[in-house]
Amino acid sequence: MSKGVAITGMGIISAIGNNVAENYDALINKKKGITRVDNIETIQREEIMVGEVKFTNDQFIAQLNLPPENNYSRTAMLGVIAAKEAIADAGITDIKKYKTGIVSGTSVGGMDMTEKYYYEYLTDKETQKYIESHHAGDSTQKIAAQLGIEESLVTTISTACSSAANAIMLGARLIKSGKLDRVLVGGADCLSKFTINGFKTLMILSDTYNTPFDENRKGLNLGEAAAFLVLESDAVVKAENKRVLAYVKGYGNANDAFHQTASSDNGDGATLAMEKALKVAGLKPSEIDYINAHGTATGNNDLSEGRAILRIFGEEMPEFSSTKAYTGHTLAAAGAIEAVYSVLALQNNIIFPNLNFKTPMKEFSMIPQTELKKKELNTVLSNSLGFGGNCSAVLFSKEV
Amino acid sequence: MKKVYINSIASISPQKTFDNTIFLNEIIDYNDTVIFAQDPDYKQYIPPAAARRMAKGIKMGVVASKIAMDEAGIETVDAIITGTGMGCMIDSEKFVSAIIDNSEQYLTPTSFIQSTHNTVAGQIALGMECKAYNFTYVHSAISFESALLDAKMQLENEEAQHILVGGVEELGEHTTKVHRLINHIKPEAVTISEVLDSKTEGAVFSEGTNFFVVSNEKTNSCYAELVAVETFNTLQKEKVSEAIETFLKENNLKAADIDVVVFGNNGDVDFDGFYNQLSEGIFSKTQQVFYKHLVGENNTVSAFGVWLASKILKAQSIPEIVKINNVNSSKIKTVLCYNQYRGQNHSLVLLKK
Repeated sequence: MSKGVAITGMGIISAIGNNVAENYDALINKKKGITRVDNIETIQREEIMVGEVKFTNDQFIAQLNLPPENNYSRTAMLGVIAAKEAIADAGITDIKKYKTGIVSGTSVGGMDMTEKYYYEYLTDKETQKYIESHHAGDSTQKIAAQLGIEESLVTTISTACSSAANAIMLGARLIKSGKLDRVLVGGADCLSKFTINGFKTLMILSDTYNTPFDENRKGLNLGEAAAFLVLESDAVVKAENKRVLAYVKGYGNANDAFHQTASSDNGDGATLAMEKALKVAGLKPSEIDYINAHGTATGNNDLSEGRAILRIFGEEMPEFSSTKAYTGHTLAAAGAIEAVYSVLALQNNIIFPNLNFKTPMKEFSMIPQTELKKKELNTVLSNSLGFGGNCSAVLFSKEV
Repeated sequence: MKKVYINSIASISPQKTFDNTIFLNEIIDYNDTVIFAQDPDYKQYIPPAAARRMAKGIKMGVVASKIAMDEAGIETVDAIITGTGMGCMIDSEKFVSAIIDNSEQYLTPTSFIQSTHNTVAGQIALGMECKAYNFTYVHSAISFESALLDAKMQLENEEAQHILVGGVEELGEHTTKVHRLINHIKPEAVTISEVLDSKTEGAVFSEGTNFFVVSNEKTNSCYAELVAVETFNTLQKEKVSEAIETFLKENNLKAADIDVVVFGNNGDVDFDGFYNQLSEGIFSKTQQVFYKHLVGENNTVSAFGVWLASKILKAQSIPEIVKINNVNSSKIKTVLCYNQYRGQNHSLVLLKK
């Protein structure tokens, strides 16, 4: 049994940078990655803004040195890039030395190729290689193959926008229970016509820059990204004399059980998730130094999440911000993206600003942190809420 | 650490398995390459208006979860954990084809909303008004085993007392069509008695769902103790026996201690060798059973293997139709399930009486 769950490496690729250093640089310099979509041909182009990684698939194939006959979805390629950075950052050279697994989250999976070749599959043999890369587990299998993880626990979670947060949660429990010594946790999702049009029909896509927790918020910007963290047991950290970036201190998962897509007015699910995370961590709300909120900038999420945060923290509200104005909402990857940002916040004692905020919401007086702020941070709470009522909270700390 | 028990089961499959009082008494023979689930009386469980909005996978999952909850005699659970390799195919196909056919215009949100992989778990939670832990695993042939492992860890550590675990898969027309093109589906129709000897590539594709209530205390309805679950993303054919023996050793058992082994053979000439080597090898003297000739192949059909193992342990009898060989065993105490799909995503589930 391992008491602590140490984070020893991180990797990320998002609209604001191709690695951890670039992401941090963008965060502290208020550089957002929201633009028109370039890599997908869609009639929605002029009506939406997205957080897009600007490399084309061909550029990724070259970068990853994949053979021409490869059948990688964009989700898999994003995932491999972030996973490799995380493993290198953790200083892992022999992946087989310890029992190592992968838990990843995705919602889009290989849908980008499915929607491209849906009917072509029936007539064009060349495209048929992508049929097998449609399913959600495929990107995770490919990451495992790229890292040489074999004969091990490799699995995938899909709980919409909370997927990667749940992957971190399962990973932490696998380390604590001794099932694994080391586990790569995170998530990957690429942009697709499927999600662009899906969220469009729900009428929750903003036609301009998203503005989390603002009274006049117009909806979310979809984003694409991948991020992974290496979690290791106390025993491995000790044996390898590992540098520890932070710890996964607590986690909570609950279901809103309110509506298939909308969150409840009072944020019951989110409240329960935060309560559980605090309980697992053995911390009081007053001991939380910063909240990286889910804050998608939809009318429904920010109200529901805001109320949930109020219910937990009341008068003792720490600084909070949503970083979605930088990256867009990266769906299943969001929990991992924001886990990396939470760890960066802890490491640098810095709170990232909630960009684009102007007017407080009329329902409550909560005001997000809008400027970069230096503050001694020991604990950060990160929320991820999704379709199907899935609510998750993960708590990161400097000390075990 | 607490022990974990399977306290109730529910199965909707291409056989009439939704009634827990019978055990494969009447077999439906098929002569096909794709087989569909036998419908229970959905009206009994879901109001017709709600049922009309649900794709088959959602309906099957909701009903099977209710059957499992009823048998366990509990009203709510501390977690709902599902597995689905392909997810909600019917709504996914509806939305993708609508995007393409109408050039991204005139779309409605219903099929998009119901296309996400966690729809079934979300709908069960909504129906039960259950605000507890809610997860969905989507990793091909080990989706269900991932859910089972998650549940087992929580119960052992007393983070939960009762957990609803299930696997669900529905057939989508287009997905079936394209999988035929890459020979994942058998080229010719086979009857259930021909599946294993078909000597052709691919499997008989199917749909269905299996739900279980697992708890860290035994109830009257208890079927089995869930001893261990293990998954492997890769495993070379020549290493399977060794992996099984190591797994058994970790549970203080030898191959000879297994009374019944449940294999996931599907008649695919390219991959049945994974099982055949065990039939002729470490399990040559063990009673072997299989089930995919009756219920076909899908990403969470291995949950049917666990259903079968649970039934065998409780009934202490093995239907002739699932026997591969004939070994006399007076008492059935220990059952091992082994499954893989196309050489990847192997799983071992160990049950005891």
